[in-house]
Amino acid sequence: MSALVQPRVRFGGGVLLVLTIAVLSTPFLAQALGAHADTVDLYHRLAGPSLRHPLGTDELGRDLLLRLLEGGRVSLLVGITAALAAAVLGTGIGLLAGYFGGRLDAALMRLTDGIIALPLLPLLVVLAAADLHKLGVPAALRDSDAMSLYRIIALVTLVGWTTVARLVRGTTLSLRRQDFVRAAEALGASHRRIMLVHILPNLATPIIVATSLAVGEIILLESVLSFLGLGVAPPLASWGNMLTGAEETIALAPMLAVYPGLLIFLTVMACNLLGDGLQQALDPRQRR
Amino acid sequence: MSRFVVRRVFEIMVVLAIMSLVIYALIGLMPGDPVNVMIASNPHLTPADAARLKALYGLDKPLLERYAAWAAAALHGDFGYSRLYARPTLAVLLPRLGNTALLMGASFALTLALAWPMGVLAARRPGSWLDDVANFASFATISMPSFWLALMLILVFAVQLGWLPPGGATTIGAGGVADRADHLVLPVITLTLVNFGPHLRYMRAAMIDTLNHDYIRTARAKGAGEARILTRHALRNALIPLITVVALSFGSLFSGALVTETMFAYPGMGKLIYDAVLGNDYNLALAGLLFATLMTLLANFAADLAYAAADPRIAYR
Repeated sequence: MSALVQPRVRFGGGVLLVLTIAVLSTPFLAQALGAHADTVDLYHRLAGPSLRHPLGTDELGRDLLLRLLEGGRVSLLVGITAALAAAVLGTGIGLLAGYFGGRLDAALMRLTDGIIALPLLPLLVVLAAADLHKLGVPAALRDSDAMSLYRIIALVTLVGWTTVARLVRGTTLSLRRQDFVRAAEALGASHRRIMLVHILPNLATPIIVATSLAVGEIILLESVLSFLGLGVAPPLASWGNMLTGAEETIALAPMLAVYPGLLIFLTVMACNLLGDGLQQALDPRQRR
Repeated sequence: MSRFVVRRVFEIMVVLAIMSLVIYALIGLMPGDPVNVMIASNPHLTPADAARLKALYGLDKPLLERYAAWAAAALHGDFGYSRLYARPTLAVLLPRLGNTALLMGASFALTLALAWPMGVLAARRPGSWLDDVANFASFATISMPSFWLALMLILVFAVQLGWLPPGGATTIGAGGVADRADHLVLPVITLTLVNFGPHLRYMRAAMIDTLNHDYIRTARAKGAGEARILTRHALRNALIPLITVVALSFGSLFSGALVTETMFAYPGMGKLIYDAVLGNDYNLALAGLLFATLMTLLANFAADLAYAAADPRIAYR
């Protein structure tokens, strides 16, 4: 638990903890306020702060505070789920590349560098606009409200694994030459056993660090795609798509555009500080 | 060296060919197809007409066959017609290329001019107040959602203060260099800030690494001045790993340009691709994405060459 001494870990982790608690307590707050994040009230559009609406209302008269918390739940859910999925994918690819080396390594790293170098957002815009009907997604799933959630998670996972893969590959390369791995080899352990039992546990640090950095990166990506109308789709709230509506009323109600962005900024900053602090705390070789 | 250039050019062409097939297939996944779009705009079309049109345009053929036909035409410089603009795709695309190059070039130069000196100064004394400021600046800008930053800049400088135009590239009826520059200020600031953090961090790390080497101590022992050590001895060596970083950052620079251009309604490639995708303009989206990919590949290639030029220890064969 020495990691907690790091001020960056404390700040980043603290902010994320507070946000998670706030987001999970939304139902209780909604009950106290007697409203729901989706309750439309066209008579009180773009209202200022009041007792009933602590932060005012949006362009459809929905309570802004509840919307923000609901949006945070969705953004955090997408960020964490996709980061975990990307970590699994990236660990697999990095482990295979670093362990087997040679041509497989060259090919996988070429692919990784290629994905990093590509103009990803334009390609994601096309992918996000893809017609699910043509992809053969079952109609029941296609029409469900959560479809845009699944889609955005799949999309950002597809491009988010590269950082983890590179870090894992690098560490695997150096672990591979260490005595305990050689000893396992000499004892006749299979490749699978060496990778999963001997190497994987030693990869915990780079994986944890890369995953917490990835959460921030993915929340940014999700927010920009949702903002462009290609990510999380309304009526589901996300910080990104709340800004789409706020852009149109920016001259009338500027604060509607300020809050969601500030929350994205704060959350991503917390993830980045947490990742960086964890790296410094857990990896003494990196300490300077 | 020349063999290396030939090999890399060949590689770029192979990657471009693969990417064109991938992008072609992706574009095919966009909702509807060109004939559906025609049906929507002309209610008098019968299903028989639609089938005839599909056969006429070859839309009833399998994907690979259609791709081959498109690729053959594209190799002759024919990228088809843009549906949205009703003009040949290249005629729409090429002027936009210049606008994007201007935005990206100006922002990139400004990014390096800010991030690199700050990175060098931060690396001189890790843990100093200057280093703290640099670290905070890099974390803050890395964590900043680019579209929100653009929105806030528009809110403050265009809506509330009225100092700068909120979007576009020129004022209708006006013109001239000053007008273009006015329209570039906010987009360039946005794109610069979102790309600033990584470059600062890489420069700082590379300089800290270089400053720990023996030859720096030797230079100090010989009585070289601090400025001379930093620029002549350390910076030259720190720059070498940064060339790769600069090349790999080109893709994200383009992604940033898409957001920035869309936010400021700036007529560049990024906004063109976004509009083409949303407007079901298949030819334009395809050509736009391919040009963006080509630009990235060429930037990487240029970085490889610069790498060899900067470090005499590297010889490409």
